[in-house]
Amino acid sequence: MTGQPFRSATGGRIDRSRTLRFRFGGRDYVGHPGDTLASALLANGVRLLGRSFKYHRPRGLLAAGVEEPNALVQLGEGARVTPNVRATEVPLYEGLVASSVNCWPSARFDIGAVNDLLHRFLAAGFYYKTFMWPNWHLYEGFVRRAAGLGRPSREADPDRYVTRNAHCDLLVVGAGPAGLAAARAAAERGERIILVEQDMAIGGSLLHDNNIIDGLDQDAWIAGVRAALDEAPDARILTRTTAVGYFDHNALALVEALGSEVDCAATPDRPRFRLWQVRAARVVLATGAIERPLVFAGNDRPGVMLAGAARTYAARFGVLPGKRALVVTNDDEAYRVAEALIAAGMEVAELIDLRATVPADLAARLAAHGVAMTRNATVDATRGRGHIRAARIRLPGGATRWVRCDCLAMSGGFSPAVHLFSQSGGTLRFDEQRAAFVPERSVQPEVSVGGAAGDFDLTSALASGYRAGGGTGAAPSASQSRQPSPPGPLGQVAGDPSRAFVDYQNDVTAADVALAARESFRSVEHLKRYTTLGMAPDQGKTSNVNGLALLAGATARTIAETGTTRFRFPYTPLPLSVMAGWRRGDLFRPVRFMPGHGRHVTAGALFEDFGGWQRPACYPRAGEDRHAAEQREALAVRQGAGLFEGSPLGKIEIVGPDAARFLDRIYANTMSTLQPGKVRYGLMLSEIGAIIDDGVCARLAEDRFLVCTSSGGAARISAWLEEWHQCEWPDLDLVIAPVTSAWGVLTLSGPAARAILSAVGTDINLAADAFPHMSWRQGLVGGMAARILRVSYTGDLSYEINVPASRVPELWDRLMAAGAGHGIAPVGIDAWMLLRTEKGYLHIGADTDGTTTPLDVGWPQVLRKKSDFIGKRSLFLPENLSEDRLAFVGFASDDPAIALPIGAHVLGPDGSDGYVTSSGFSPTLGHGVALGLIRGGAARVGERVVVRGLDGDLPARVTSPVHFDAQGERLNG
Amino acid sequence: MLLISCPHCGPRDEVEFSCGGQSHIVRPPESASDAEWAAYLFDRDNPRGVHRERWVHDHGCGQWFNIARDTVTHTISAVYPMGESAPGIAGTGMVGTGASL
Amino acid sequence: MRRLYSGWQLLREGLRGQRGWTPAWREPEPKPRYDAIIVGGGGHGLATAYYLARTHGVRNVAVLEKGWIGGGNSGRNTTIVRSNYYYQPSAALYDHALRLYEGLSRELNYNVMLSQRGLITLAHSRHDLEAATRWVGAMRLNGVDTTMLSVANIARRVPALDVSPGARYPVFGGFVQDRAGTARHDAVVWGYARAADALGVDIIQNCAVTGILRGVDGRVTGVETGRGRIMADKVALAAAGHSSVLADMAGFRLPISSYALQAFVSEPLKPVIDTAVLSLATGTYVSQSDKGGLVIGGGLDHYLSYAQRGNLPVARSVLGAIAEQYPSFGRVRFARQWAGIVDVVPDSSPIIGASPVPGLYLNCGWGTGGFKAIPVGGTVLAHHLATGEPHPLAAPFDLGRFARGALIDEAAASGIAH
Repeated sequence: MTGQPFRSATGGRIDRSRTLRFRFGGRDYVGHPGDTLASALLANGVRLLGRSFKYHRPRGLLAAGVEEPNALVQLGEGARVTPNVRATEVPLYEGLVASSVNCWPSARFDIGAVNDLLHRFLAAGFYYKTFMWPNWHLYEGFVRRAAGLGRPSREADPDRYVTRNAHCDLLVVGAGPAGLAAARAAAERGERIILVEQDMAIGGSLLHDNNIIDGLDQDAWIAGVRAALDEAPDARILTRTTAVGYFDHNALALVEALGSEVDCAATPDRPRFRLWQVRAARVVLATGAIERPLVFAGNDRPGVMLAGAARTYAARFGVLPGKRALVVTNDDEAYRVAEALIAAGMEVAELIDLRATVPADLAARLAAHGVAMTRNATVDATRGRGHIRAARIRLPGGATRWVRCDCLAMSGGFSPAVHLFSQSGGTLRFDEQRAAFVPERSVQPEVSVGGAAGDFDLTSALASGYRAGGGTGAAPSASQSRQPSPPGPLGQVAGDPSRAFVDYQNDVTAADVALAARESFRSVEHLKRYTTLGMAPDQGKTSNVNGLALLAGATARTIAETGTTRFRFPYTPLPLSVMAGWRRGDLFRPVRFMPGHGRHVTAGALFEDFGGWQRPACYPRAGEDRHAAEQREALAVRQGAGLFEGSPLGKIEIVGPDAARFLDRIYANTMSTLQPGKVRYGLMLSEIGAIIDDGVCARLAEDRFLVCTSSGGAARISAWLEEWHQCEWPDLDLVIAPVTSAWGVLTLSGPAARAILSAVGTDINLAADAFPHMSWRQGLVGGMAARILRVSYTGDLSYEINVPASRVPELWDRLMAAGAGHGIAPVGIDAWMLLRTEKGYLHIGADTDGTTTPLDVGWPQVLRKKSDFIGKRSLFLPENLSEDRLAFVGFASDDPAIALPIGAHVLGPDGSDGYVTSSGFSPTLGHGVALGLIRGGAARVGERVVVRGLDGDLPARVTSPVHFDAQGERLNG
Repeated sequence: MLLISCPHCGPRDEVEFSCGGQSHIVRPPESASDAEWAAYLFDRDNPRGVHRERWVHDHGCGQWFNIARDTVTHTISAVYPMGESAPGIAGTGMVGTGASL
Repeated sequence: MRRLYSGWQLLREGLRGQRGWTPAWREPEPKPRYDAIIVGGGGHGLATAYYLARTHGVRNVAVLEKGWIGGGNSGRNTTIVRSNYYYQPSAALYDHALRLYEGLSRELNYNVMLSQRGLITLAHSRHDLEAATRWVGAMRLNGVDTTMLSVANIARRVPALDVSPGARYPVFGGFVQDRAGTARHDAVVWGYARAADALGVDIIQNCAVTGILRGVDGRVTGVETGRGRIMADKVALAAAGHSSVLADMAGFRLPISSYALQAFVSEPLKPVIDTAVLSLATGTYVSQSDKGGLVIGGGLDHYLSYAQRGNLPVARSVLGAIAEQYPSFGRVRFARQWAGIVDVVPDSSPIIGASPVPGLYLNCGWGTGGFKAIPVGGTVLAHHLATGEPHPLAAPFDLGRFARGALIDEAAASGIAH
């Protein structure tokens, strides 16, 4: 562990009384609470933080905030490692572990740096011009391994993420002076306020500058605003919270950092991030401005940083970014930076202003500190291995001289942080006077203030914030107020353009921009895509405007003519887990359990997901595999009885004088002729004529029907019925009541079903003539109120017993006990499907797809139905009447031992002639049974076909779909 | 994230609703020609600008209603009940189709 | 004269400061009349112009682009190319495209970075597996390469995927098309543009079409644009995302609805996934670009939009599903979201060929799948423009299929989203 050689003796908003230990690149360091990882590394003299994306050039800190393009680190260890985190956005904490990305073996000695030696051959878009022979694939592996930055963990993300919705009258983004003024004004009006600040402290630019506001020093003023918000009835300050997205109708997404890697490891319940979804009546964007680099050769050498960042490290963190600084600027603000650096204890070698006209007042103040100032000059080269040692100044006449420095603080002016404004749909205009894109036209209830609006004077920023917050009185004002003089022109390049970086994160140089312009990539978007400028994760926060200016210059247009690009969600990169929020693990698309779930567990069920429900596939006994269990359960139904829970089956009551008329339009067949007490099977079609669901419909009373749907159709069909009723036929007098979850359903099926039901005890006469197939009865079963539908999906005598959902376990127990002597077995979906396949009953979605019509499944009679129904007219379109369609049949394999593979195709003259939709081995019949669709349908029964499985061809015969009990004796018995 | 004013429940987030597509489509009688029927099934208004469409508050009151929404700005300029003609549009007051294709 | 791109030229230019490169295409003023006008300077429009010039010798052609070429869906997709289609007409169309892609870099002398790293379609239930079997059988009968994959196989090829039985969507297996993969979307556009330009095609950017001109006989005579009237007897519309608007100018309606489709890219990572993977259950897919970003796509936004921006609920659903299915990606950060406007047709298949207006031709309705079809879209439309007859591959995809009820609905056949 070393000292902190670059920590200033005093000053900064850090707690020097405490030290925090951390590890970077395998070495131990210390810092203080209040530091970021970046400031702590700088304090320890660690200036080489990583390697650049393409050329693997050594890079250090450029910035101090979210715009940092260089200092990307792997943060954390093991399952908690996060790649590509900006060191400037990580508040230092005890035990932090991080390392550099994109270098091997280390940031200092990096093999990839050979790319930099070859840079002259690796200009923008070089890869489009080569690697074509024999094909790209030959080269791609190398490129992929060389590309990329960090490495994600190989383990699951163990942390917790939470979500919260909020509404407010005013959302203020950014707690700098303008944002604070806005929030305070709104607080005075008693509004509901959310104030968001991405930093760990509120204050923004006030945190590194000395000002008197309304007679108070800045800390006292900030404290006053905080107190006003604390007293307000409904105001919330969120620090370490970044507004990342601005969506329609004033909805914004905020991400609040709640716990570090170490915190979350220590306290497993502690959430790592909270995603806020805020709907605000008004939004104030006080997001400040981002300083631009200057474009000169060697401007990426570690030690070259944005002037404002140098000041932030010195004034806020008590870290000297060097001992001797050279300040280079085309903007006023850097003069104040020079003063701040001196105040912090640094030597300022010189100030170079690119402009011919310099601010006399500021220059005079610098002169008083003994700092020389040169105008109309620039820096066109730097040197120093691994770190800047000197910079070359080019004077107006062309003469040059080297100046020794270990920090170069540069300022190319400021770009308002218009990212959220742009996301909101607002348009930008280029302000020549301020050399910046500023908000032009808003499309949502939002206003940009302060630096975000291009207003760089403190007093007027305070005033614009105050007014945007609704303040009508005297706005806060600062003692120091000064409108900056115009920045120098943009788009100037000094020195070798192929070494002058515009986009640090993607290694795009001024030469690349010029090349793109020469090669037709003159649109901003083409420039971006061809050179990758602005396409890195930082979305060009520091590079966009410089790139545009260079393009404008290269194409002899103004920046305004050249245009800009839209900024995209998110403002800063977001972990996928944050987007998931609560919806992870058990809460990711939660599964549903049937009312009898506990009984299935006890019975040893193997569960699978069926349409979102956890349902028993089968109940394997010791030594049984899934197939054996299916065979046994199917046999039990055929020989004695099986018990199957069908609670997810959709149940919708249609009640009202027009219920029958409505259902005649809904079903392809007629329901109005159904007698109360009876049940009828029906098909529902989409308006294009395809079958969307099937099931039985029971007439409960003259004006009351129970529509049963497939399990998967329960929610979909009731919504669909509502849509037709409300939107197309609101004149029909009826109510649609989905009652699926109110009822539990146990289906008892098999020759012994009647005996078992009798044994349980019921007041319903079960005699075949009293309660025939396709009818329903209501009564008591084992003392429970029940509705029984005598319908069958197995082909055997079946009672579908509906009871209140809460009574299902009790009914299950009673039926199982009563069935013990009859060989009753719980039956899972596997056997249930096998039984209905034997019987040739349709399973919508398996035997049909989204194109199958009733005509294709042997229901030509629907064409003769007199009245209109949904989908009817479509059945008369030529294609649907074709004889050549795929239609429903059965298949029998020549080899009786084989169950034809589901999904296997029937070979036809031009490829597929159909396919197997359902199949299994029937233990009752002793051979395979299959259903399917074949071109031409029933006309081909008896024909021999070849079924092509994945593993070979299987000869088979086309049969009727009904393989079992064609006469229906079992069904009606 | 649209903020939609349900006529029954007031303004709610779009996640509570589902969009059912274009409103005011007239369902033709069975006697329609193949071309007329296909146009009813498939041809849709698809304007860059105001689109009249119907939504259902399916995670709320369950009621369908119409809105006029700009497809470029997403601004909602009107919310009106099923069965009413669109504001500013001469119409018969015919309700739309229930075709969920 | 156009300079040939090669490694040799790169060396040469590297040594002389890259000064010898010439413009990839000209910036011509529009001529008053062309033999054919293509509206839309995306991949399909530029490819149409290229094949018109190269295959059919029709070189007096203009491509009109309202903004910058490749600025629509050609530059807003997730760069997947594949031909794993179910129906024979679809398979024939898309596999022809894939075969053209396989030779495209050399054909155009532009590296489009076709990366045939395969596309795996996951099956999450027994039903999915049965559907996959059916799909694989159909692909083989259609002459398209595919292989069923076991869970172990998938686990080996996609180590980041959660294949545990306890997963919300456990993996039962899947199938792969190994010839599928990705291509660099911008390069496809630029490659076609450069090659078409070299053959004499005028590529005119910043030239929005504001009207379709028709003669007294109803035939197309040209277009009205922001840069004046440009005449041609044949006009083709290849402007995904604006097809309905252009059809409206010509006085007819299309069975098209336009929706925003979002996509996402993560920060660059060292290689973590070596193939493209599609999950049927969550409707999401992911691949990793050569630059290292995870490229993630999902379903459409739920209402009509021309806004080219997505909404948060869909973004959360798509990215949340990826975090769940690839648990180690949870801390990976996505850096950018974007949206394209896709023209969705009821059967999710394209509309190619004649329009109700004589002389006006259509290439539209590719939905979310237009990028992979660029070479074939250009081939068949150029054929129709040059010969007056539909290309055999395109014939089933005519506008008339809707009134016949002859939809080609891949989604209905499977539930496999495009």
